Amino acid sequence: MRPERFQNRPVRWWSGLEWPVAGLALLLLFNLTFTPGFFHLELRNGHLYGSLVDIINRGSPVVILGLGMTLVIATGGVDLSVGAVMAIAGTVAAQLILRPGFSFPALILASLAVGTLAGCWNGFLVTWLRVQPLVATLVLMVGGRGIAQLLTNGQQIYFEDARLVFVGNGHLLGLPFPVLLSLALLGLTALLTRRTALGLFIESVGDNPRASEFAGVSTRTVKFVVYAFSGFCAGLAGLIDTSNIKSVDANKIGLTLELDAILAVVVGGTALTGGRFSLLGTVVGALFIRTLTTTMYAWNVKSDVAPVPKALAIIAVCLLQSPAFRRRLAAFRRASPS
Amino acid sequence: MKPPRLNSQYIPLVATGVVLAVLYVTGGCLFPNFFSLRVLVNLFGGNAVLGVAAIGATFVILSGGIDLSVGAVIGFTSILIATLVEEHHVAPLLAISLALLLGTGFGAGMGALIQRFELPPFLVTLAGMFLARGLAFVVRPDNLGIHHPFYAEGINHSLALQLDSRVSWPFAATCFVALFLVALVLAHYTRLGRNIYALGGDETSARLMGLPVARTKIATYTIGGFCSALAGVVYTFTTQNGDPAACVGKELEAIAAVVIGGTLLSGGVGFVAGTGMGVLILGLIQTLITYQNLNSWWTVIVVGLLLLLFILLQNVVSALSGRLDNTARHG
Amino acid sequence: MASDASAPLLEIRGLTKSFPGVKALEGVDFTVRRGEVHALMGENGAGKSTLIKVLTGVYAPDGGTFRLGGAVIRPASTKEAEAVGISTVYQEVNLIPHLSVAENICLGRQPTRFGFVDWAGMTRRAVAALARVDLRIDVRRPLSSYSIAIQQLTALARALDVSARLLILDEPTSSLDAREVGELFQVLRKLRAEGLGIVMVTHFLDQVYAIADRITVLRDGRLVGEYETAKLPRMELVSRMVGRDWSAVAAAPRAVAGVGEPTGEVLLELRNFGRPGLVGPVDFSLRAGEVMGLAGLLGSGRTETARLIFGIERARTGEMRLGGRPIKVHSPRQAIREGLAFTSENRKLEGIIPHLSVRENIILALQAREGLLRPLPRARQLALADEFIQLLGISTPGPEQAVMNLSGGNQQKVLLARWLALQPRLLILDEPTRGIDVGAKAEIEKLVQSLRAKGLAILFISSELEEVVRGCRRVVVLRDRVQVGELTGPALTEEGILQTIAGASHAP
Repeated sequence: MRPERFQNRPVRWWSGLEWPVAGLALLLLFNLTFTPGFFHLELRNGHLYGSLVDIINRGSPVVILGLGMTLVIATGGVDLSVGAVMAIAGTVAAQLILRPGFSFPALILASLAVGTLAGCWNGFLVTWLRVQPLVATLVLMVGGRGIAQLLTNGQQIYFEDARLVFVGNGHLLGLPFPVLLSLALLGLTALLTRRTALGLFIESVGDNPRASEFAGVSTRTVKFVVYAFSGFCAGLAGLIDTSNIKSVDANKIGLTLELDAILAVVVGGTALTGGRFSLLGTVVGALFIRTLTTTMYAWNVKSDVAPVPKALAIIAVCLLQSPAFRRRLAAFRRASPS
Repeated sequence: MKPPRLNSQYIPLVATGVVLAVLYVTGGCLFPNFFSLRVLVNLFGGNAVLGVAAIGATFVILSGGIDLSVGAVIGFTSILIATLVEEHHVAPLLAISLALLLGTGFGAGMGALIQRFELPPFLVTLAGMFLARGLAFVVRPDNLGIHHPFYAEGINHSLALQLDSRVSWPFAATCFVALFLVALVLAHYTRLGRNIYALGGDETSARLMGLPVARTKIATYTIGGFCSALAGVVYTFTTQNGDPAACVGKELEAIAAVVIGGTLLSGGVGFVAGTGMGVLILGLIQTLITYQNLNSWWTVIVVGLLLLLFILLQNVVSALSGRLDNTARHG
Repeated sequence: MASDASAPLLEIRGLTKSFPGVKALEGVDFTVRRGEVHALMGENGAGKSTLIKVLTGVYAPDGGTFRLGGAVIRPASTKEAEAVGISTVYQEVNLIPHLSVAENICLGRQPTRFGFVDWAGMTRRAVAALARVDLRIDVRRPLSSYSIAIQQLTALARALDVSARLLILDEPTSSLDAREVGELFQVLRKLRAEGLGIVMVTHFLDQVYAIADRITVLRDGRLVGEYETAKLPRMELVSRMVGRDWSAVAAAPRAVAGVGEPTGEVLLELRNFGRPGLVGPVDFSLRAGEVMGLAGLLGSGRTETARLIFGIERARTGEMRLGGRPIKVHSPRQAIREGLAFTSENRKLEGIIPHLSVRENIILALQAREGLLRPLPRARQLALADEFIQLLGISTPGPEQAVMNLSGGNQQKVLLARWLALQPRLLILDEPTRGIDVGAKAEIEKLVQSLRAKGLAILFISSELEEVVRGCRRVVVLRDRVQVGELTGPALTEEGILQTIAGASHAP
């Protein structure tokens, strides 16, 4: 993707962000010019409101899923189950909140733990049973929603508990709480990968699994950890989504969000084949997707039509990353010198 | 020469058959009228859309690929036909042909992208899914019933087979069975079909054996696109309706049916017949759960468990039938 | 060769093929007659596989002419090559394991009836094709249910099924046992009698002398010569392959400078060590402060021995002792903990992590031993990287350069640094100087000696005998995956190694 030839800077947090940021900037520029009021910000009751705040607020679940997905994809895998895991974790939270006397911190811990457990299951299938990641996570993707419905007995659950509602709707320091949560998770993920050796191992396993194994890296542990972490992220995203709409419908929560998360990772410059990853790239990718959607709302495009530009974005990014496409492009340029 | 011994490849297929038989007999034992003609007919009619889609998915998966656009193409096709027939007064057969042509071309386009630019099938068909779903809503944002006489009379009555006074075999089921037979022949009795198996078995070898790998790959996704579109047509037959939001997630059901039918998700091994049984298994699970008055979510849980079971079974089988000696050879 | 009585079946003149940065073939001539088995020989990088790939239409040649049976040909694909009568059987059986034997023989050209595949006809045709290679099996069973030998014969049958005139066998025997090789040769003799031209690439000398009529030797992309097998002593063949002029070798005095007596205790002992089908038995011991060579031709079992020691493959027979203690190594991780280090001959696939930086590549193994939760501080990482860049003279713009942008020699030094950072007891170097320039080779040789002086035990694998003789105190020689000798003292000369490789009884 990026020509790193003869570059001798350390790979910093901004490395490789040029393309995703350029895409996002272009989109914002379009809105600045053509969409009146897009950049309008307003302080009401000490809370920020406006399209931009809306983008980062509603983009939070995809940012959070995307962070976990980034690590999974960097090892050369994929996690299709995150949407379903969100449903399970959200359901657990909504169920527990209705139980009188259940302590709130325990509730949060329980739903995050359920998400992590689901991730461990995926990790178990991928590492110990050596099932391909696409297939392994498909199992939970298909069955997960059933489990969630089983927990709720198929009912939609509504709740009013202020603490749980705050998770998805509250404001802190003028910002929506989900935004702060995704920032915190970004920090946590960065810490987890860059302040331990995990990031190095993930990148080496994704880039060259054989050589990593020969250098003594335990590819098994690394893969297991990333699936578990992806499950944790799905749990957190599920909490936010559930809290946001103050109810849980196991059939709807996080539906097709796994695809958005994968898209965010790919747009953010992490290759599907694994290797170098960029957490900030994923964040920018997620915001790009959300901005695209918000822009279309601003232009009164029906939400149902919104997937079309998303599809075009995927194809464009894929082609730009495809060596075969670049070869052809180069051959074409040589053939027609101008 | 003696008949071929039962080799490990057939184990999943036999397992599928056993599961199907067990489910059917269990239903018959538990519920008095389970063995009735009506239940059987409903099994085929009610799962015709899934069946048609799953047959397309079988070819794609056999070739070592995956197609996530199935459900979206069904939605697009159904609303396209409904709109053309009801609002633009196009002859139904013409509308159906057009829809089939578009769906087939759509599959071919995805195949060409995957083949020519070496893009991952997963992402290309994901984009295809977004595109088809979005376009479906562009055609018409809400659903539309089809009341044209061809549908009201032709599909419902003239083309349905009256089996006895109360049970009739719907045309949708006929489509499913017909496609199933065509697919059997295509998979087992044509060079294209055999090349698809070879491609999924080992792409490098297939290339070195001089097989037309590029053409086969594109053809596979073309078949997939055609089947998705046909599933959309069948959808309009069964529901008399076009719906841009139809069949969200149908691709997962289709993949599940294929895997439960004994096809290896990594490609190269599998059976169209297995997929047929896989579809009936999914249908039977649904029927049983309805009969048992169990809640609908049990369906997905059971399907998920079956999926897991078959994936593990496949793992064991491929460990058994892997090349006998593949220790690394170095200088 | 123009004086040949029979017109040649295949005649290649002046074949040239280059890849970015490499001249794979330079003006190579190659002639195959009808009814002969022609061995194509050469060490790594000689250009054998490029020649075959050009012949079978996988690569397009840059220059040269091809004639098959007198007519000029230029195959652009495997299919086109098959159409003119050139068929290939590859080393790794390139068939579809899950499909039946019959299908594998007939894929792409199945007999059809009314456009549909005629399975009965296909079965008959497959049985007939297999009869040509003297094989009678149930062709309806999947290929994977049969042994590699039968798979190999199936591939042969497929190759013959298209009225082949020229048959190319790329290392057909590397996975077969002696009996299976015998059966294969029986078939080849029969095909030769039928008038087929057979090109065989192999590393097994005994087999060459058992079946080949003539031999063409390539080295570094150039033609060394074409010989009648009967008139080419083994010793001469080996020296031509490895590129050491036999008379010059005999005359040259042995360079003993720098190879002192070992100072340390016995570190590694192998007794009857091996894995059936892979390599062995191997017996040798290695002291701290000693460099020992493993010599042999490509495919002789050098690399396999190293991989067994490092736990990539598990040994099945014999015993390995490390520092006097018996030990079973079952993974590279464990080997590393025991103080072993191994640089693979395959730098790209098993060595470098291409997109990561020089620094990250250097600290990877050390970090893996330290564990996930004890990251090396950034300053320590940089210090290590700088230290080794200095020490080994790694030519890079800096420690943050992606390692894939370095030259081969520098990549090799990075890998050495990765292992030296662990301060291992035993260092196994598999072809550390392959594909790197002369200057870098000398540096690596020098480095090996300085490491030895510091007390490291080093197992040095190389196909360049000169290097082995110069740098090692003792050399274990392998042939056809078995240890055939150990040379030391005055016997340790290139000539001695060559003789041992060729088999002393056949030496001139």
